Amino acid sequence: MPGYSDPGFDTLALHAGASPDPTTGARAVPIHLTTSFVFESSDHAAALFNLERAGHVYSRISNPTNAVLEQRVAALEGGIGAIATASGQAALHLSIATLMGAGSHIVASTALYGGSQNLLHYTMRRFGIETTFVKPNDLDGWRAAIRPDTKLLFGETVGNPGLDVLDIPAVADIAHAAGVPLLVDSTLTSPYLIKPFDWGADIVYHSATKFLSGHGTVIGGVVVDSGSFDWERSGKFAELTAAYDGFHNMVFSEESTVGAFLLRARREGLRDFGASMSPHTAWLILQGIETLPLRMERHIDNTQKVVEFLAAHPFVSRVGHPLIESHPSHALAQKLLRHGAKGAGAVFSFDLKGSREQGKKFIEALRLFSHLANVGDCRSLVIHPASTTHFRMTDEALTGAGISQGTIRLSIGLEDPADLIDDLKRALKAAEKAGA
Amino acid sequence: MELVVNGHRTYCYTGGKTFDAAKPTVVFVHGVLHDHSVWILQSRWFANHGWNVLALDLPGHCRSEGTPPARVEEAADFVLALLDAAGVEKAALVGHSFGSLIALEATARAPRRVTHLALVGTAYPMVVSPALLDGALNDPQRTIALVNNLSHSTMAPPPSSLGPGTWLHGSSRALMRRVLASNCTANVFHIGFKACNDYANGEAAMAAVQCPVLFLLGAADQMTPPRATRTLLGRAPNARVVTVEAGHALLSEAPDATLFALRDFLAAA
Repeated sequence: MPGYSDPGFDTLALHAGASPDPTTGARAVPIHLTTSFVFESSDHAAALFNLERAGHVYSRISNPTNAVLEQRVAALEGGIGAIATASGQAALHLSIATLMGAGSHIVASTALYGGSQNLLHYTMRRFGIETTFVKPNDLDGWRAAIRPDTKLLFGETVGNPGLDVLDIPAVADIAHAAGVPLLVDSTLTSPYLIKPFDWGADIVYHSATKFLSGHGTVIGGVVVDSGSFDWERSGKFAELTAAYDGFHNMVFSEESTVGAFLLRARREGLRDFGASMSPHTAWLILQGIETLPLRMERHIDNTQKVVEFLAAHPFVSRVGHPLIESHPSHALAQKLLRHGAKGAGAVFSFDLKGSREQGKKFIEALRLFSHLANVGDCRSLVIHPASTTHFRMTDEALTGAGISQGTIRLSIGLEDPADLIDDLKRALKAAEKAGA
Repeated sequence: MELVVNGHRTYCYTGGKTFDAAKPTVVFVHGVLHDHSVWILQSRWFANHGWNVLALDLPGHCRSEGTPPARVEEAADFVLALLDAAGVEKAALVGHSFGSLIALEATARAPRRVTHLALVGTAYPMVVSPALLDGALNDPQRTIALVNNLSHSTMAPPPSSLGPGTWLHGSSRALMRRVLASNCTANVFHIGFKACNDYANGEAAMAAVQCPVLFLLGAADQMTPPRATRTLLGRAPNARVVTVEAGHALLSEAPDATLFALRDFLAAA
């Protein structure tokens, strides 16, 4: 599609990475459910293994359906390429494992998904990688936490579940001054609401399980490289700038001036850790992405209506969405996100004026909202973070992440907003009665 | 590997193999706002199939020191000096876009030293519009976006330079930004475009060429459309012409077709 301008977001969501299948004419992306791909000859096989020619060998490393998804998400993010992974957690692990080994250090936001906090605080520590957590809006804290062995700064576009908006330009500046990249989890916003690369982030990943897929059907992740971080200039990443004897003594930064991270992540990380995505999963996520712009508009429209309802309800003590002007990230959301504060997404928390038991009654009285551990579904969802997603965290860590024992998290879906509000109204009444 | 050319450190990617003077040599010359890495696939293939590869970074670009060549003739002299520095008497020259003009002029200046001349995504005259020249100088980021769009013909390329999952619009734009940023004292974007636009010796240079010539063109190329090779083709009646389904970024949009055309051309003569 030659032209003068970059294709628009909605066009890329439908077309990036895919064209009608040249052999069958299939218009939709075919699902290539095959483990492996026949070589044309011995020379072709050798050339593929040695990166002299590009192509598919084995579906753990790459697959044509996955490649469409990878190109599409990279296009939507404004990146150079992407790698689809078995889950969002696999994408985070792949990013970390590509950039560092034992003896390294990460500075991360306190406002993280509980699984990410767990990975950094407990699991990576066991492998010799330490993490210092800082409040996302504490810029001096980010600076102070950086050590000589720091290799990465990491945060979420809007922190889970308090919706603390990460000041990506400021944190990226701090990272770059220290010669390290900024990794951003953009799951809750999707590329439709913010493109972190436009604000200075270097690597972005998603749990594609959430809004990218959008239908609550599959688990998947994707990591995207901006190609903007200069690994050689940094001098801190021998993984990318020195010969790697695990792959033909390749110096990845020499092979590709902008793509060293992706080269190593695929050639080592997918090959050895093997957390690859099923082509069927990739296909389902692609179906979701095709309607991402339409869905995200509806998600945030519905969310605005629900936020306004809850904020005016006498049994609600706090609504944690940047749409509320008193929210600490209101101004930053206005600056960074598409549609301003409304673009802070469809996953937010609120506090009931009541006991833990009343909170339980509230959740059980809901009929449209499903009580489960996921977000970003087309259906509306509800959960109690302190007893589920964040249950491994100490009280101190919970407070740091902006979660109380009475916090309820909602993920607003695509239903009629009036029906969602009716459901919440009924459940709030039931909770109030339970305290009487 | 690094060579010292005209007193400056000069980087050449060798395709992952050690330089061996006993083998035939092929030199890859990149275009404006590019570097050696645009040849990643083709250069690795040749390096593993009996050739010495020297995929250079032009002076003042990325890993190479020196002043960016302001004229095609100056760049051609640099390529010949690079052969001297490497101890290579004869070589095949392969150039893309601006690099094709450099390869052509270098061949004309030392016709006995060049065994094959491959002009990839070429045109002569290589006219650069005043708007692009001005944009390269005064609004380079916006002009990079424009040139990048004009250089690509598809949103669904095959597996390419970084393997499957590469978004070529993005990788090309990132490279152009990186190359521009690699020189903080000279605008290699404007200098390169101006050198293309100013080059006026193409017909005479082609008349001086003694080796086999390949024109490797992208059917959907909007930067150097195939029709813009008529003048040079008129001076090279025995040249081989191969057209592949791709835009100006044919190295990455059609990596196999580009490789096969170069492979067959370099093997035949």
